[in-house]
Amino acid sequence: MIAAIQPTETWYLVLAAVLFGIGTFGVMVRRNPLVMFMCIELMLNAVNLTFVSLASAINDVNGQVVVFFVMVVAAAEVVVGLGIVVAIMRRRNGITADDLTALKG
Amino acid sequence: MLDLIWLVPAFPLVGFLTIVLFGRKLGEPFAGIVATLMTASSFVVVALTYFKLLSLPTEERHHVVTLFSWIPVGSLKIDMAWLVDPLSITMALFITGIGSLIHLYAIGYMHGDPKFPKFFMYLNLFVFSMLMLVLGENLLVTFLGWEGVGACSYFLISFWHTRDSAASAGKKAFVTNRVGDWGMMVAMFLAFTTVGTLSYEGINHAAETGGLAAVTATGIALMLFVGACGKSAQLPLYLWLPDAMEGPTPVSALIHAATMVTSGVFLLTRMSPVLHAAYPWAGDVIATVGALTALFAATIAVAQTDIKKVLAYSTVSQLGFMFLAIGSGAYVAAIFHMVTHAFFKALLFLGSGSVIHGMHHEQDMRRMGALRKVMPITGFTFIIGWLAIAGVPPFAGFWSKDEILLFAFANNRALYVIGVVTALLTAYYMTRQVIMVFYGEARWNDHSEEHGAHGDHTPHESPWTMLTPLVVLAGLSIVGGAMQLPFSKKTHWLEHWLEPVVHHAEADIHESWAYNNKWLLLGLAVVIAATGIAASIAVYAKGKFKKIEPQILADAWKYDSAISAFVGGPGYKAFDAVAAFDAVVVDGAVNGVGKEVRATSGLLSRVQSGFIRSYALIIGIGVVVMLAWFLVRGVL
Amino acid sequence: MELVVFVLAAAMVLAGALGVITRSNPVHAALSLVLTLFGIAVMFVSHNAHFLAAVQVIVYAGAIVVLFLFVIMLLGVDRAEDVNIEPLTVQRPLAAIVGAGVMGIIIAAIVVADDVLVTRGSGLLATTVEKPDDNIRQLARSIFSDNVFAFELTSVLLLVAVIGTVLMARRVKSNGEGK
Repeated sequence: MIAAIQPTETWYLVLAAVLFGIGTFGVMVRRNPLVMFMCIELMLNAVNLTFVSLASAINDVNGQVVVFFVMVVAAAEVVVGLGIVVAIMRRRNGITADDLTALKG
Repeated sequence: MLDLIWLVPAFPLVGFLTIVLFGRKLGEPFAGIVATLMTASSFVVVALTYFKLLSLPTEERHHVVTLFSWIPVGSLKIDMAWLVDPLSITMALFITGIGSLIHLYAIGYMHGDPKFPKFFMYLNLFVFSMLMLVLGENLLVTFLGWEGVGACSYFLISFWHTRDSAASAGKKAFVTNRVGDWGMMVAMFLAFTTVGTLSYEGINHAAETGGLAAVTATGIALMLFVGACGKSAQLPLYLWLPDAMEGPTPVSALIHAATMVTSGVFLLTRMSPVLHAAYPWAGDVIATVGALTALFAATIAVAQTDIKKVLAYSTVSQLGFMFLAIGSGAYVAAIFHMVTHAFFKALLFLGSGSVIHGMHHEQDMRRMGALRKVMPITGFTFIIGWLAIAGVPPFAGFWSKDEILLFAFANNRALYVIGVVTALLTAYYMTRQVIMVFYGEARWNDHSEEHGAHGDHTPHESPWTMLTPLVVLAGLSIVGGAMQLPFSKKTHWLEHWLEPVVHHAEADIHESWAYNNKWLLLGLAVVIAATGIAASIAVYAKGKFKKIEPQILADAWKYDSAISAFVGGPGYKAFDAVAAFDAVVVDGAVNGVGKEVRATSGLLSRVQSGFIRSYALIIGIGVVVMLAWFLVRGVL
Repeated sequence: MELVVFVLAAAMVLAGALGVITRSNPVHAALSLVLTLFGIAVMFVSHNAHFLAAVQVIVYAGAIVVLFLFVIMLLGVDRAEDVNIEPLTVQRPLAAIVGAGVMGIIIAAIVVADDVLVTRGSGLLATTVEKPDDNIRQLARSIFSDNVFAFELTSVLLLVAVIGTVLMARRVKSNGEGK
């Protein structure tokens, strides 16, 4: 009986949406910059999942091509982002995102 | 010739500018001579214009000379232009004529005064303003002159400004005039909104051809009358005129007897078609106010002891007569009385000035007496002025006053009675003044010990510069009545002359009982004058009856102190409230806007907290909103 | 069968995600992220995207997360942040609303467009994914012919990223101990 139920594309898309929401929440709530970055990675992964699901649903490989590029760019972004984090947080220890208030006005 | 009318105000203006720039160098007496010559030159030009007008047929005696376009703004087109017609030339004639005489007189009177050139500077400026007033082609040029004479009146009244009373008298005159000016301005606004122009031709034409509704015409006429009340010292606003006697006597003679105070009469005559198009009760209002003022002022003059104050109240009273005439539709009679009044009142003032000058600036009549022997020419001319104002034929005042009373009788019997009583009182108090000053015992030495070492306190006759104008004016007071003698149509010379101006509005009383019995009324007027004179002689010269000079009359019915109490007390508080309202509400609103903007921006700046997580949150909210919108748009 | 795989993978993904957002110790959070990435890789496989699954594990889980851990250790930020306090009082509720909102809207869009999802897509380039071992070939063909320009750009991007980061993060030796 249970084996008869096939997970349709909708399920995967819904899962991706939930993952995206969790990632958004995490970015706004966490104060540690590296953890905030990880939450952004969650969001990117949700997007990747969406693309792959749809690619298989409509039989188009271009969806997977997009995911490929997303991964490349994500990698580059992580490199640059961590470089910035290192540059800022080398000065003092225990810095959180709340201490970066130079934009206050 | 008519186009040279611009010279008439130009001469006194040049005189004013000359003395402004070179007054101190000119000094005494050249500043005075320059001023007198300028005014006399204006008189010459006016006289030539007058003769030119005479040579023109009646319909063509109306000429507009435009100098330049003054205010061309949209539909409002006002030119700096002058109107040459019988009325304006009449006014200009006696303004410049009597003006020149008074300038000459002032050279002698102001002798030794340290501010001699300044006096003549103001005098010339005054003549210039007055000429702009009467020669103006539209209400705005007249208003320019109107304000100018008000300002010059202020300058001249407070000429000896170191005296507190003089300074406050000047302020009082200016402020009271201002209240009246409000009326004139409202009238101008009304005229412009309804007729669309401020020129006399336009407004009068609209009034004559029915283009002006009765309501509007009444509004304009009454507002002009408010302005006239201020300038010509009628009942609610007269109180500046007695205080204006603080100024030097030539000022009193020129401004407060002959010229400025008559501008109200002039204005209403100029706008006679408007008054004619108004409701009939408007004229009644004017006549009643005039008559009451005349009576009111005459009662006060009976108890005054200052020689100039008697004449001041007398002026208010005679002006009341003129407004009585205007209200009764007798414009010619009003102008007639204005001209004769100018003659004899200027004469009386200049005479009193001569007395004051001779008595070394003593002005209290109780300290004068028997001056006829010491100052014969002054006395003789003063007596002629007295006979004229008392209404004794054949002097000028008799004919003009009688004309007014005639029209008053035809219009409203009650006002006639008031007029007659006033005439009686006029004769009475003027006789009283003559007796106290020129006859009786010499009382001037009674207090000489108290005055300290004045040396020889005997009064002396005045110099020729002061006596010449007296003689000329006396002559005019004798023959002035010839302008409008009631004997026949042919002798109604002034009426014919002014016909183009007032024919539309002049009341027609040819059918009335008064006109048909005018000899009876004439005789009655003579009797009244004689009675007044006889009563006064009986009281003051022969001492047969007790003097009736109640204190309340001497205090001018306590009107002045009532006004001061009101303005000083509740009036002051009201004005304070208005000022507070302005500071709190108006300024508060303006400043409040600024404060609100600052507060709001202060609130808004809190959005930029510097916390990047808040920024992320706000971006997130924006994303949710956008997505929701797209979803709803796609679904619906 | 596919259902079981789906449920297990979904469980991993969600457990890892929740772990990332709730664990106070950043090292624990990184490990939770690895769990999520594995779950995603499993789902890629069930969609016949084998190459991508491999790349996911090697690049994401193997390189990126390791990089995260390197930085954590380097900077000594492994000190746990206190997740119980929140200095901005309004942040948590609003963030919850935003997260729920985003989630809800996307799910609503999916549900609404459910029937047209597939039909909209058909009609595009019909490069089909049929036999599993063709996946790499299909992918390569697409990348190196239709999308070669994007490919070149991404390689430049990687180069720029590396150079930029090295420049940014180096220690300036001008006056002894620089910044």
